[in-house]
Amino acid sequence: MLMASNDRFQPWADLSAEPQLRIENVVKTFDDFTAVDDVSLDIYRGEFFSLLGGSGCGKTTLLRMLAGFLAPNSGRIFIHNEDIVPLAPYERPVNMMFQSYALFPHMSVEKNIGFGLQRDGVAKDEIADRVAKVLDLVQLSQFASRRPQQLSGGQRQRVALARSLVKRPKILLLDEPLSALDKKLREATQFELVNIQQQVGITFIMVTHDQEEAMTMSSRIAVMDKGKLVQLGTPSEIYEFPQNKFVAGFIGSVNMFEGPLVDSEVDHASIDCHEFGGPILIGRSVSHGLGHPTNVAIRPEKIRLAKREQPLDLPNKTVGHLKDMAYLGNSLVYHVVLESGKVLKITAPNLGAHPENEFFRDEPVQIGWNANACVVVES
Amino acid sequence: MSAVSLLGALKPGQGRGWVIAVPYLWFFIFFLVPFAVVLKISMSTAEVAIPPYAPLFTVTDDGTVNLALHFGNFAYIFSDPQYILAYLSSLHYAAGTAIITLLIGYPVAYGIATSKPNIRPMLLMLVIMPFWTSFLIRVYAWIGILKQNGLINNFLMSLGVISEPLNILNNQFAIYVGMVYAYLPFMILPLYSNLEKMDHSLLEAASDLGAKPFRAFLSVTLPLSLPGIIAGSMLVFIPAVGEYIIPTLLGGADTLTIGTVLWNEFFSNRDWPVASTVAVALIVLLVGPLMLLQHYQGKEGEKA
Amino acid sequence: MSGLSKFLQGRGFLRLMMILAMVFLYAPIISIVVYSFNESQLVTVWSHFSTKWYGALLEDEQILRAAKISLEVAVMSATGSLVVGTLAGYVLTRFKRFPGRTLFSGMVMAPLVMPEIIMGISMLLLFVGMEQLFGWPKRDIQTIVIAHITFSTAFVSVVVQSRLQGIDVSVEEAAMDLGARPVAVFFLITLPLMIPALVSGWLLAFSLSLDDLVITAFVSGPGSTTLPMVIFSKVRLGLNPEINALATFVILVVGTLSGIGAFKGAFKQIGPKEAPADDTATAIAATQ
Repeated sequence: MLMASNDRFQPWADLSAEPQLRIENVVKTFDDFTAVDDVSLDIYRGEFFSLLGGSGCGKTTLLRMLAGFLAPNSGRIFIHNEDIVPLAPYERPVNMMFQSYALFPHMSVEKNIGFGLQRDGVAKDEIADRVAKVLDLVQLSQFASRRPQQLSGGQRQRVALARSLVKRPKILLLDEPLSALDKKLREATQFELVNIQQQVGITFIMVTHDQEEAMTMSSRIAVMDKGKLVQLGTPSEIYEFPQNKFVAGFIGSVNMFEGPLVDSEVDHASIDCHEFGGPILIGRSVSHGLGHPTNVAIRPEKIRLAKREQPLDLPNKTVGHLKDMAYLGNSLVYHVVLESGKVLKITAPNLGAHPENEFFRDEPVQIGWNANACVVVES
Repeated sequence: MSAVSLLGALKPGQGRGWVIAVPYLWFFIFFLVPFAVVLKISMSTAEVAIPPYAPLFTVTDDGTVNLALHFGNFAYIFSDPQYILAYLSSLHYAAGTAIITLLIGYPVAYGIATSKPNIRPMLLMLVIMPFWTSFLIRVYAWIGILKQNGLINNFLMSLGVISEPLNILNNQFAIYVGMVYAYLPFMILPLYSNLEKMDHSLLEAASDLGAKPFRAFLSVTLPLSLPGIIAGSMLVFIPAVGEYIIPTLLGGADTLTIGTVLWNEFFSNRDWPVASTVAVALIVLLVGPLMLLQHYQGKEGEKA
Repeated sequence: MSGLSKFLQGRGFLRLMMILAMVFLYAPIISIVVYSFNESQLVTVWSHFSTKWYGALLEDEQILRAAKISLEVAVMSATGSLVVGTLAGYVLTRFKRFPGRTLFSGMVMAPLVMPEIIMGISMLLLFVGMEQLFGWPKRDIQTIVIAHITFSTAFVSVVVQSRLQGIDVSVEEAAMDLGARPVAVFFLITLPLMIPALVSGWLLAFSLSLDDLVITAFVSGPGSTTLPMVIFSKVRLGLNPEINALATFVILVVGTLSGIGAFKGAFKQIGPKEAPADDTATAIAATQ
């Protein structure tokens, strides 16, 4: 969360700020299949923005429309108030980093990177200079005369990045940039990419299906499902306050409860939940009317697990049996069966062995959470 | 790169149009229109003139245009037993060749497809190499092999296996040998292409479920290779029906096939309209197999 | 019988078939070459080793003239079919939808299977008709070249399609994204990556043209007799040792050229995708 942790960077919060990229009611259909369904969003200069969703949700289609390889059926796309839809890919101030890297096999790394500058008619020595600078940025200076076939996957990725940055585009589009890398390399590259983005100050728009990646790297995330924009917000907004069940379930894990609203006040509310075995207290007001069926989501890491006989001072408390547990090294995962039969997923950090947190299978336990830990979610 | 930038001045849509138009026009004019011309001439009559056929459209003195369509040629070829025999004979050779090349070609294709991946290209090259040298010359070579004092007869006689030379040239046998020789790769390559792409895990599954290798072959490999078999058969059958060189060189003077009939009508008899009629009938005959091939080519294409 | 059926099902049977097939395929070629060095006029009755027929060949005016014409035609038609075939192959691979695509695809691919005699007669009748209407073309080298381009293009386009399918489209998209217009993309990116296919396509069209008899016989004129036509008229009369010498020469030249072409084109893969597009049509192209 390198960007999100920098709380001062919130251009979207400034009502007078002009977005750099405005997507306005864009629709894209293929025959009778709607890939992008009336999507509108604003992206501000300097953001590391992610389009997140499962396969077929329309995120790649949207990205390709930004690049110019597809034209929307309706709607407009503005960069600083200029409609770019009639512009061809080679006319846009936008560059793309392809999922397969798409490096030119018959050219060296230098020539690959310099290609775009050549097309623009830039002078030879300036090309050489800029290519050298960007190679330095991605730490591949000694590979300048190699061919792509002679490079590893990670190195090719950095060449692709360098190639798309050297023209200093206003916006850089990244199509699943880390999907071809193995896990360790992926984690290291995530931080590298964010660092580079901050260094060059270019707006990055990334498409990914990996929600951890989106959460780690982005200033804001747009979650998409079936062609629609489902939620737009910072990683913490999306995680802590998912707007609906889909988003709640897509990002991380979640436990869901449902019940009619029985109490609605200015600073708290509660629902009556049969599965929970009693009322659930929510620490903020809820806009529904009394009796309205309401969904409440509680994340696994926010639930406390304790032995039956231990005192547990939490407003939302109930009992159950420990059905399963898994040791993940840095954390533990528990599955607890409540009296109603509902199974809850609970995670806890590994704080070292202690009689308080040594549990056995089928042990009677109690669980609980704070009123502020759970959140009301729309369907 | 000034030429490039000059061409680059074309708008994107225009460029695409030109790229499609050039080959399209070429093929339309030089491939499709000729068929219409053949049809037209088939409805004309022979004349001693240059060109040797009567024009279809004539303009009389007062300006009226007369169209003379002469369907007699079609009636002629269908009533004359010689033409019907020629068609049947060609179909016979083509079908026979397809079957024999299938019987020989399938084991060869299968053998190559199941050999070690690193020697497959080499084996394929060995099969293909002969077919890059002249077709005419290779057919000619068989004359030398099959004639009375040719390679085979000399060899067998010198071994004492036969006392009199075998009559294996200028007859049906020689034609078959030549056809099978010439068309074998047309069968092997599509079969190989199909077999090579076959999912071997299916065979492993069959074996895992208890099927012996031959049984697995019959119930898994053979049915799955059907598109390849049909494609290969059509690739052999269709051009073989109209084959001219092989029956002429290896079949002897009185060989009757559509190819030789067409050639003779055209060059010896100078009867262009009848030759055209024979051609039209042949094209119509081949429409069915052509569509069958198109269908199975499409299936193979989906797999690629 | 179990021994026989076991053999039939085993590797041994397949090996035997492959060996027999190879013998079958190469015997005629080897016999031609061997007998070209036979002193005897009766080609297949061996007398003693001699290269006299090669000498006779070099003095045969008719053959030399025909060879010159054949080479001219082959070069022109190979170059022409390379251009038309590359365009056709590009269209068929990259443009998936346009009005008339089915017809286009059918027309371009049909020469691969159409009996030559039909193509020959139809093209001649077209040329005759055109000559009557426009006064052009006369039946000579021009008509032969046009006819050869028409049937060779199919083979070139198959080779081009096969190669192009192995080139990742995103490489072309990346070039456009970096500022190259479509024409520049074609000449700077696509074409260089296709060079092996272009070379093998040209060589393929060249050898097809050099060898063609039936179509050429129909569309040629009095002064444009090609080498296959001369060979054919001679061998109709029977065996001819000079022809054996010529045949050996042709086998060596054409075989080497095509061999290089195929080796470079069919089996070399570069670019992100690994699998060669090895479908039926490629197979046909490789046979000619």
